[in-house]
Amino acid sequence: MSFRNAPLAVIHDVDKDTLFTPEIRAEIDRHVAKYPPEWKQSAVMPALTLVQDHNGGWLSRELMDQVAAYLDMPEVSVYEVATFYGMYDLEPVGRHKVCVCNSISCMLGGSEELMQHIEHKYNVAPGETTADGKFTFKEFECLGACRHAPAVMVDKTYHECVTPESFDKLIKKLD
Amino acid sequence: MVKDQNTVCFRTMHLKEKVRHTLDSYLSVGGYGQWKRVLNERPDPATLIEELKLSALRGRGGAGFPTGLKWSFMPRSAPGQKYIVCNSDEGEPGTCKDRDILRWNPHQLIEGMAIAGYCIGATVGYNYIRGEFYEPIARFDEALGEAYAAGLLGRDLLGSGVDFDLYTHLGAGAYICGEETALLESIEGKKGQPRFKPPFPAQAGLYGQPTTINNTESLASVPVILEKGGQWFLDQGRPNNGGPKLFSVTGHVNAPNNFEVPLGTPFWELLEMAGGVKDGKALKAVIPGGSSVPVVPGNIMMNTDMDYDSIAKAGSMLGSGAVIVIAEGTCMVRVLANLAHFYAHESCGQCTPCREGTGWLSRVLHRILHGHGRPSDLDLLDNVAGRIGGRTICALGDAAAMPVQSFLQHYRHEFEHLIEHGRPMEQAA
Repeated sequence: MSFRNAPLAVIHDVDKDTLFTPEIRAEIDRHVAKYPPEWKQSAVMPALTLVQDHNGGWLSRELMDQVAAYLDMPEVSVYEVATFYGMYDLEPVGRHKVCVCNSISCMLGGSEELMQHIEHKYNVAPGETTADGKFTFKEFECLGACRHAPAVMVDKTYHECVTPESFDKLIKKLD
Repeated sequence: MVKDQNTVCFRTMHLKEKVRHTLDSYLSVGGYGQWKRVLNERPDPATLIEELKLSALRGRGGAGFPTGLKWSFMPRSAPGQKYIVCNSDEGEPGTCKDRDILRWNPHQLIEGMAIAGYCIGATVGYNYIRGEFYEPIARFDEALGEAYAAGLLGRDLLGSGVDFDLYTHLGAGAYICGEETALLESIEGKKGQPRFKPPFPAQAGLYGQPTTINNTESLASVPVILEKGGQWFLDQGRPNNGGPKLFSVTGHVNAPNNFEVPLGTPFWELLEMAGGVKDGKALKAVIPGGSSVPVVPGNIMMNTDMDYDSIAKAGSMLGSGAVIVIAEGTCMVRVLANLAHFYAHESCGQCTPCREGTGWLSRVLHRILHGHGRPSDLDLLDNVAGRIGGRTICALGDAAAMPVQSFLQHYRHEFEHLIEHGRPMEQAA
């Protein structure tokens, strides 16, 4: 009857107290506590998110390996997760992430025109970072903000009903 | 105008925006009354499930499966840990309702999950919220803190001996995790790839234990159903289509918004509530239930009511209740190319027909849209779509194929025109 067995626990030869910072470790531990003791790996996604946030928005292989060590997981299991989910970046990014929703309701609301504006004005294609390193431009799938289309997520904040003009103002305010 | 608005999931919407989501606000509308009653009276879970069955509440995430029936599949008195999981991974293009439940009425979802846990014998629940929802996540976590502090979550609640712990689990950007078994994989710290069924989650779900997964809106509807009765909820809608439902009306309308109205409300009334078609244009087409369902021409929609069975008769599905309105003057090839791009991007890559087929659909539509289409392309699209549908582990393959088939059925002439002339029939979007 059982469909999935407990995960493969791999104990890495590393002192966990040397990984990350005490604050990040405490935060990861807070997530680990939500799950059954043998399922530490359930915390891999929040752990990767935390580590990424503290590394300027991207994950290096070393950091993924450290997450694997901290959660007693095989490295490859962490790579699988980090490469599957769209919110993880595996290469250095700009100081900000600008994610433009281009799914149907936003498209009907003008997201394609907004994306063209961004490409031309800031000389950056989706997936690229501006030359000054200010922001990485990402085309995103539905952000779930369809009633105020088009929607743009700048770092952790949603901006709705965005026009080329209001977008420029948003960018101007970023450091 | 529709009278009975905002009676269930949006019942806190009349309160001040700044405090709408707080515990005090929720208590002021009678919130947690049902959870406290359950804790005090310890009713037989079977009677609660019967009430839900009577209400004809159908799953609000898209599949429309009767919620009461789903709960009855759980082996609730069998030994071992069981789980209740809420699917707040809202990502179906056009759908933006669960975000507003999380932001404006998080306590009702907590109460619904707690009652669900009691009914199915689960003492632990997880709410899987998509990672992009920073604000809704913060709201829900804040509400969890309030509920724990008030003694409504935790151990031996109100001295009843009932335990219920509830946690938030965050996604990280994958549409497929809205599929219930992919969601379970994701909670287990893996890639979100759907599982084979059977076994169904009620037998072997999260961590191999019996699990029920419901959509945010379904679970948030439960406290009101128990408060006012299954019959009341049923009477709000139509037979087999109980209750009001949230509709996200978006696209080419003047006032896009979420509306909680009775199932069976005529489409034209909903369109009117959303301010009518943008800029006074004529209605061309509607995708009535999120991007995964077949498109319906405007003239048919104007004579269709918004409930599961009526929309099925019109050749589509109510899905998640995302009503995407498309005005006259829109190039339907462009719309379909956008949808196909989405599914190609979001296919998890597990099943070959979907992984390869969604890419084919997207690339062929892209070349048609950009004037490089070939006369044989329409048959190719039909052929590829036909070979995806029904041949994959989960429904994402069908969701990618159905729009293609329906767009070709209703708007074939636009595709032919573009292939022949290299430019769209309808220039404006």
